[in-house]
Amino acid sequence: MSIEVRIPTILRTYTGGEKAVTGDGGSLAALIEDLEAKHPGLKDRLVEEKNGADDLRRFVNIYINDEDVRFMGGLEAPLSDGDQVVVLPAVAGGAV
Amino acid sequence: MLTIDQATYDAIVAHAKRDHPDEACGIVAGPEGSDRPERHVEMVNAAGSPTFYEFDSTELLALYKQMWDRDEEPVVIYHSHTATEAYPSRTDIGLASEPGAHYVLVSTREWAEAGGGNNDAPVPFRSYRIVDGEVTEEEVTVVPSLG
Repeated sequence: MSIEVRIPTILRTYTGGEKAVTGDGGSLAALIEDLEAKHPGLKDRLVEEKNGADDLRRFVNIYINDEDVRFMGGLEAPLSDGDQVVVLPAVAGGAV
Repeated sequence: MLTIDQATYDAIVAHAKRDHPDEACGIVAGPEGSDRPERHVEMVNAAGSPTFYEFDSTELLALYKQMWDRDEEPVVIYHSHTATEAYPSRTDIGLASEPGAHYVLVSTREWAEAGGGNNDAPVPFRSYRIVDGEVTEEEVTVVPSLG
């Protein structure tokens, strides 16, 4: 099983500069665990603890085959061999 | 230093005025590694707020895929402050995630206080690097064209 994950510039310090890495897992949560094992530190940039459970960070967007995972069950979103995953930090800010 | 052409500069200011009192946001893309802001893309502020901006997540992906296809990167990432100065807020600094980009801030405060519309009040246009929480202001040079 192989899933390609596109890594944004700001997180490439964890992937030795690689723009894309591969991982596997039947869900987004499992994929992130697999990526963390290969690229320590990455998980903490994608996931935070909320009410005692892991949740996606508010200002990181993750897409599976071009769909925002927030509409697919978040960390529980299912993955299959050949899926394309993209990680993009939100472009956001504001005056306060 | 940020070097930007007059037409793109004017278009960013016009966008900020048009979306006032909400914050306007967008990017200027350019060829990877070129530091040339060539292609202005106005984005919708999904937050629709006078104090916050966020690119819509679906449009954000579409924008990045388009840039990857064209071997581009975001050379400028801009937004407006509508009641405060053109300086990155703590939120701006905390969320800045493109260490290679010029972060441009424009402020429509003075223009709005002068009545908005066609008045000539200045719209400050300033540029910053934001890397690991460190803000460094840089000079902005406006040229007739990038040449």
